[in-house]
Amino acid sequence: MFKRLVEVLAVSAACLAAVPAAAQEPLKIGMVVEMSGGFADFGMQMMNGARAYMKVHGDTVAGRKVQLIVKDTTGVPDVAKRVAQELVTNEKVDFLAGFGLTPSALAVASLATEAKKPMIVMNAATSIITTRSPYIARVSFTLPQVTAPLATWALRNGITRAYTLVADYGPGIDAETQFKKTFTASGGQIVGDVRTPMRNPEFAPFLQRIKDARPQAVFVFLPAGEQAVGFMKGFAERELDKAGIKLIATGDVTEDGVIEAMGDAPLGVVTTQHYSVAHDSAQNRIFLKAYAEVSGSSQRANFMAVGAWDGMAAIYEVARRLNGKIDGDKAMEILKGMKIDSPRGPVTIDPTTRDPIETIYVRRVERLKDGKLYNVEFDQFTNVKDPTR
Amino acid sequence: MSPLFPFRSPVRSRVAEVVLWMVLAAGFWLWPSYLALWSQILIAGLFALSYDLVLGYAGIVSLGHAAYFGVGAYAAGVLSRHGWGEPFSGLLLAAVCAGATGFLTSFLVVRGRDLTRLMVTTGIGLLLYELANRLPDITGGNDGLIGMEMSPVLGVFRFDMYGRTAYGYSLAVTFVLFLLMRRLVHSPFGLSLRGIRDNPGRMLALGYPVHRRLIAAYTIAAVYAGVAGALLAQTTQFVGTDVFSFNRSAEVMVMLIVGGTGMLYGGLVGAAVFMLAHHYLSDLNAVYWQFWLGAFLIAIVMFGRDGVLGACLRLSRVRLRQRPTGSL
Amino acid sequence: MLTSFLGVLFDGLAYGMLLFLISVGLSVTLGLMNFINLAHGAFGMLGGYVCVLALQSWGLPFFVMLPAVFVVSALAGLVLERVLYRYLYRRSHLDQVLATIGLTFMSIAAATYFFGPLQQPLQVPKFLSGQVSVLGVDLNIYRGFLLAVGVALTIVLTLALERTRFGASVRASVDKPRVAEGLGIRVGLVFQITFAVGCGLAGLGGALGVQVLGLDPVFPLKFIVYFLLVVAVGGTSSLKGPLYAALLLGVIDVAGKYYVPQIGAFIIYAMMIVLLVIRPHGLVSRQ
Repeated sequence: MFKRLVEVLAVSAACLAAVPAAAQEPLKIGMVVEMSGGFADFGMQMMNGARAYMKVHGDTVAGRKVQLIVKDTTGVPDVAKRVAQELVTNEKVDFLAGFGLTPSALAVASLATEAKKPMIVMNAATSIITTRSPYIARVSFTLPQVTAPLATWALRNGITRAYTLVADYGPGIDAETQFKKTFTASGGQIVGDVRTPMRNPEFAPFLQRIKDARPQAVFVFLPAGEQAVGFMKGFAERELDKAGIKLIATGDVTEDGVIEAMGDAPLGVVTTQHYSVAHDSAQNRIFLKAYAEVSGSSQRANFMAVGAWDGMAAIYEVARRLNGKIDGDKAMEILKGMKIDSPRGPVTIDPTTRDPIETIYVRRVERLKDGKLYNVEFDQFTNVKDPTR
Repeated sequence: MSPLFPFRSPVRSRVAEVVLWMVLAAGFWLWPSYLALWSQILIAGLFALSYDLVLGYAGIVSLGHAAYFGVGAYAAGVLSRHGWGEPFSGLLLAAVCAGATGFLTSFLVVRGRDLTRLMVTTGIGLLLYELANRLPDITGGNDGLIGMEMSPVLGVFRFDMYGRTAYGYSLAVTFVLFLLMRRLVHSPFGLSLRGIRDNPGRMLALGYPVHRRLIAAYTIAAVYAGVAGALLAQTTQFVGTDVFSFNRSAEVMVMLIVGGTGMLYGGLVGAAVFMLAHHYLSDLNAVYWQFWLGAFLIAIVMFGRDGVLGACLRLSRVRLRQRPTGSL
Repeated sequence: MLTSFLGVLFDGLAYGMLLFLISVGLSVTLGLMNFINLAHGAFGMLGGYVCVLALQSWGLPFFVMLPAVFVVSALAGLVLERVLYRYLYRRSHLDQVLATIGLTFMSIAAATYFFGPLQQPLQVPKFLSGQVSVLGVDLNIYRGFLLAVGVALTIVLTLALERTRFGASVRASVDKPRVAEGLGIRVGLVFQITFAVGCGLAGLGGALGVQVLGLDPVFPLKFIVYFLLVVAVGGTSSLKGPLYAALLLGVIDVAGKYYVPQIGAFIIYAMMIVLLVIRPHGLVSRQ
């Protein structure tokens, strides 16, 4: 009898507690990122970028405390799917975010659809990602989006004969395809192309091929890391620039994290990308300061950290407009067409494709007053969309 | 340490096994929030079982076993992507493809000594990894195979986001395959394998077709690995090129050694220990996890002769005051 | 046509020599001591980090750095030999594989902790950079340096092994340890020193390789396939076997990527499998 009374009281208390709980429950953001293995840096950048945003804009929005739950995919898509499932079913997150690698994003897409959870892609750059679920919004960039302007710039600056060298995997093939398309559409000639193996310690044979073909420029896409460093050093050592061949690439090759490891080799290299640490704006200064405080090390922020910062901005905006009650469909309606004042410049989320429309900058590598190398912006293409969608 | 009957009496062995499977079946109630994790533990355990046949019973040190896991995963994936989403057919196709690959490559593997076999198996795994990357029209390339649509298991159980169907399905398949493997290792074929591992020269002298046995064992192991790969593909509805990676081959070796080789259930125990430890520790700090894993491996080699399962069995034997049977 | 062929040949030989340099330490430990040391890459990585620190932070001259790297790596090898490896000599190959993989994981975690996950910067001295034109072919100076070092090292090691007292004790200890012990050779000490030399060579190879291969904490696992490949294909019973194997693989890999880049990725693995099937005990074997 007494036991029954206690049970009833307990249940009632729980019910009473449940009613206002919705408003005070923390706003949970599940970050699915690479924190270990070869891509450990991606996760660190995104996590720190998100935390930097919270440091500046506070950790409460629409009356709810923001809670960042970071899970490691170890770089493997089946783990990504599993941790995303746990985030959705156990932690009951309001948003899924992060995604440094394309396979992880693709694996989780169907989960976002089934659970009707908004999925904010802060980095992965392959075009098809946003087609895999109506609940995906991307705040980073796509490879074709960054490549097409480079081809245009090259043609405008008298480069009509180009060679392409890309790493032989999804993003590389995307970049090569787009470059060739834009370059040849306006009269450019591709004098040769080569795809390098994913695991490739020595670029000598490829550099020799390029030298033999005598193009005016070589377009390069390689993942940031030892591939980019190895190529850059090889390019300088073999004096391809002295042979009159200009190196043009997507920003991944001179990414802020690796550029220091390349010595003087990258000076003068022209790249295109949506973000440079040297971008001169108030927002960027705020971002960089917060990032330095949060990450505690002298490690530079890069475009992935900015992606996370802007992803958080989008999430905060959605939470504000929905007064803290996150509904998947309503969230997506707000995300479509959302304008973000990003440290990189202005960004709009395309209402049809849910991909970012942003400014792509043309930069040159220079050594600035502090003695370090930076990608200095000197030209730009505004309101660039992904050309494949 | 007898691999045949870890507990001195076969009856106790049987009881322990039944208890194990009953606990796993009760998983729906014991760990309802972690069914996805446990599905992947079962799949890893099945993969480790297949590797046990290669390493523990046939004595081949391979670092490329993921090759067959990957073939199975892609077979199931491609089938589903092209519209045929019935799960068991996917498993069957995976078994056939992986088995064929295993059979064809077995001729390369049964020659040479430890280091040679290590390199050949690694090379096969890496070749297939590159191949998967190179054929994006079939495999989706580095981005991964998307568009897999799985039909409900037995027409009734849909693959849901809570992982319930995935768990039940993986459990059923793993259970059946474990039973079959049990039959196999206790059969004359299985015993002869152990003989070959311990003393190939003597087995040859006794007239056993050593070569043929090794090829058969390797092929069966490839079939099992392929089914494990297919299970992973079907339960996640995705296949990435990482299914062929060197890391995956190295991990299954670690899992098996951690659990203990040649005892049938070592792989499953090792997979559980490894994945649970990773699950809890990686939240703390990803870098520390790798450090402690390394230290643990060294500790296992130096002190824990037969892995976790072996240690458990030895402890239980001591407690039950039975004379140790000595190593076989 | 001919100049490009010569260029490719030079690059191939240089790449092969680099592969040899990073693997020669493993030839010593595996070949002479029959110990599968998968942590070989960790010693290489140690050498790489010492090289980077020496050149970038401490400002040591290049030719002081090289012996410093050797010494540090050899010392590390000595310490680890006492603490871990000597207990593993008699264990099965599988146990050795496992323990050394464990050691590798620990080294990767330590490197990430101390140095961070990114690529390390390295600038080789001016006199080793750039290229020089010989007979109309542009030859990369650093690669030429690698070739020279490789040749010198092979000569020194072969002479040491075949012509010195210590070399004789090593060969005796490896072939018949009990008899050697009986003859008054301190087998334990010989193994210790040999192992240390192997680790020193690994570190040296790692340091020399940074310019081409780059350096980050995942180095030991990234290149593990290459060291094992060279030693497996070359055979573990000599130093010349791995040298020939490395040069052969280097030339075929580079030539393949130059002339038929579409199959570039497959060449080295396919070659390895073919060579291992034809000669399972290595190119140069005692059997």
